[in-house]
Amino acid sequence: MIVTSNLSKKYSSNLVLNIASLEIPKGQSFGLVGNNGAGKTTYFSLLLDLILPTTGCIVNNGIQVNESEDWKPFTSSFIDESFLIGYLTPEEYFYFIGELRNQNRADVDKLVAQFEDFFHGEILNQKKYLRDLSKGNQKKVGIVAALIGNPEVIILDEPFANLDPTTQIRLKGIIKDLAEKQGVTVLVSSHDLMHVTDVCERIVVLEKGEIVKDLATNAATLKELEAHFSGVEIV
Amino acid sequence: MIKNFLSLEWKSFFRSASFGKGLAIKILMGFLSLYFIAIFLGMGVVLYPGLKKTFPDKDPLTIVNSVLFYWVIGDLVFRFFFQKLPMMVVKPLLVVPVKRSKIVNYVLGKSVTSFFNFLPLFAVIPFGITLMVEGYPILSVISWMLTLMLATLIINFLNFIIESFSTEIELSFLPIISIAGGLFVLNYFDVISFTQIFANGFNAIYNTPVLIVIPVLILIGLYIINFKLLRKKLFLDSGLKEKVKEIQASNLDWTKNFGDIAPFMQLDLKLIWRNKRTKSSVWMVLIGLLYGLFFYPQPTYQGMPWFFAFIGIFSTGIFLINFGQFIPAWDSGYYKLLMSQNIKYEQYLQSKFTLMALSVVILFVLGIPYVFFGWEILLAHFVAAIYNVGVNTHVILYGGSFNRKKIDLSQKAAFNYQGTGAVQWLIGIPLLIIPMGIFALFYFLIGFEIACLVLGILGVLGIVLHQKLMKGITAKYLQSKYKMIDAFNQNN
Repeated sequence: MIVTSNLSKKYSSNLVLNIASLEIPKGQSFGLVGNNGAGKTTYFSLLLDLILPTTGCIVNNGIQVNESEDWKPFTSSFIDESFLIGYLTPEEYFYFIGELRNQNRADVDKLVAQFEDFFHGEILNQKKYLRDLSKGNQKKVGIVAALIGNPEVIILDEPFANLDPTTQIRLKGIIKDLAEKQGVTVLVSSHDLMHVTDVCERIVVLEKGEIVKDLATNAATLKELEAHFSGVEIV
Repeated sequence: MIKNFLSLEWKSFFRSASFGKGLAIKILMGFLSLYFIAIFLGMGVVLYPGLKKTFPDKDPLTIVNSVLFYWVIGDLVFRFFFQKLPMMVVKPLLVVPVKRSKIVNYVLGKSVTSFFNFLPLFAVIPFGITLMVEGYPILSVISWMLTLMLATLIINFLNFIIESFSTEIELSFLPIISIAGGLFVLNYFDVISFTQIFANGFNAIYNTPVLIVIPVLILIGLYIINFKLLRKKLFLDSGLKEKVKEIQASNLDWTKNFGDIAPFMQLDLKLIWRNKRTKSSVWMVLIGLLYGLFFYPQPTYQGMPWFFAFIGIFSTGIFLINFGQFIPAWDSGYYKLLMSQNIKYEQYLQSKFTLMALSVVILFVLGIPYVFFGWEILLAHFVAAIYNVGVNTHVILYGGSFNRKKIDLSQKAAFNYQGTGAVQWLIGIPLLIIPMGIFALFYFLIGFEIACLVLGILGVLGIVLHQKLMKGITAKYLQSKYKMIDAFNQNN
């Protein structure tokens, strides 16, 4: 589904990302972990054609993202709060995104209705603008908006941060369901090793822009990751 | 502690992302201040001999005292628009061991050092010295000068009190304008003669210097009120927090008539109506619409038909210029979203175009009553409107592709130059001057009708070539996509 080759990004002489090759098959739930500055957000920004690669390219479902815009209809994302439009209400925001993705109001209503418990009664019908919601609630809106319009690729940067425990658990369920049952390719980045190991079938560890580990998740993965990040390699 | 505060401000000034821009403005301000200082200084020196010469039988000091009321009112209004309380970024200080009262005292104390408070001194001191040289009693003159300084400080603190109450309402400048206007009118029609009251007050202090206690007490009182107001606001849930209003969503289904650009048009309309900054540009439209009334009633301008085109362009295009010059910076806050969503750039720009073109048509229709001043004016406005739709919209959209400045929508508009790069100012010139130049050229070469025809043809040409032009403009935007994303991502 997503093929990355010889991808690198340099800022002046500072190499922030360097991935020789990375292939993410369709329907995989893919986790990206790494410390601050490891290149997670840079990779996602490249994938969304928000910045230009220095070398190499990413091909999303056969479409090279910096050449054509045809990847947009089947790709959706939530990177940070700058993906929200502050002066809209959550409903208006959902409808707006829906219209961009060719969904009518009924479609959007139907999808959003599934997440009523996720919203905890704090988002819909509150007569509030997005800019006036709390950080956590803003995030929920952004994540749900990324699910509108049956995308085949969903990119979520740090989806678990700022969320309350109930919502974290619910979100994990949603992500797993998307990948397993609906064949959606989900890309998630996180600092929380436990969450990623729970959710993702495959975890890639980035360090200073390079891939240092590429693991298929199993019972031992969490231990291995913890060991890696605490600096003690297990034998 | 104060040393720490000062060093924080120093750093925030020199390390801010927009330092270069800030510096240029600061230098400009520096020249402006020098200019004002020179004026005030000159006034202070010339005032006494001047008054003595013009009114030989009156005491210059009494004359000055009798106009002090106008100075107070004028200063108050001026400060309201230009002087803001120097609230430093106070949030991070709340959790460190600094007494709240200390922060408040610092903020208030700093406001005393404002340029506005020093400016009058440049006039007051030379005038006072002249008085002493002329043989006025020294003690009295000194107390008079002190009173003026106190009055300046009183205005300073009074202004902050007015501001703190005014910010709570929608049109924040209404109270100050109506109060100042009301006082002025009452005084003008002699209902209550404030000029006399103020003059008597200053004269009384001049004659009995002990009375200076009264302004001192007023000043202390105002300081305490300010202190209390600020102290209350130093909490995250009061002054430092934006108020959340319940909102009324409006049904914008009529935009569906515009087909696939409907979602963007709805978004733009909400953008305009729901943000302070854009909302005040709607009020600007009113000014633009009435702009012709400054000129047309005057016989001088009636004889200058070549000028009609300028007013026509301005009054039908005020929204176009005001709104258009910040495309796409209006959307800078969520530009990344738009760029990663399933949208066509062309639709996005087309929506902006439609909105601007509609505004031109509406403003033209609203301006039809100008026909009262002559049919030529209506004709000139009509061709100006066509020119606006056909040419100026495209020019301004093209100019927008050079836009690299983020706009923080929640900021107030008046005198907020955020997001205005040099290019934006430059673009205003061709929008207004070029059509006026063309119009004037043909008017003087051939005649009024031909000048109208030429402007109209240019506009129609633009409308006919609309599709082609939009393609070119879209390509230009696509070219600068990454630069814009990067620039809009930076906080200044």
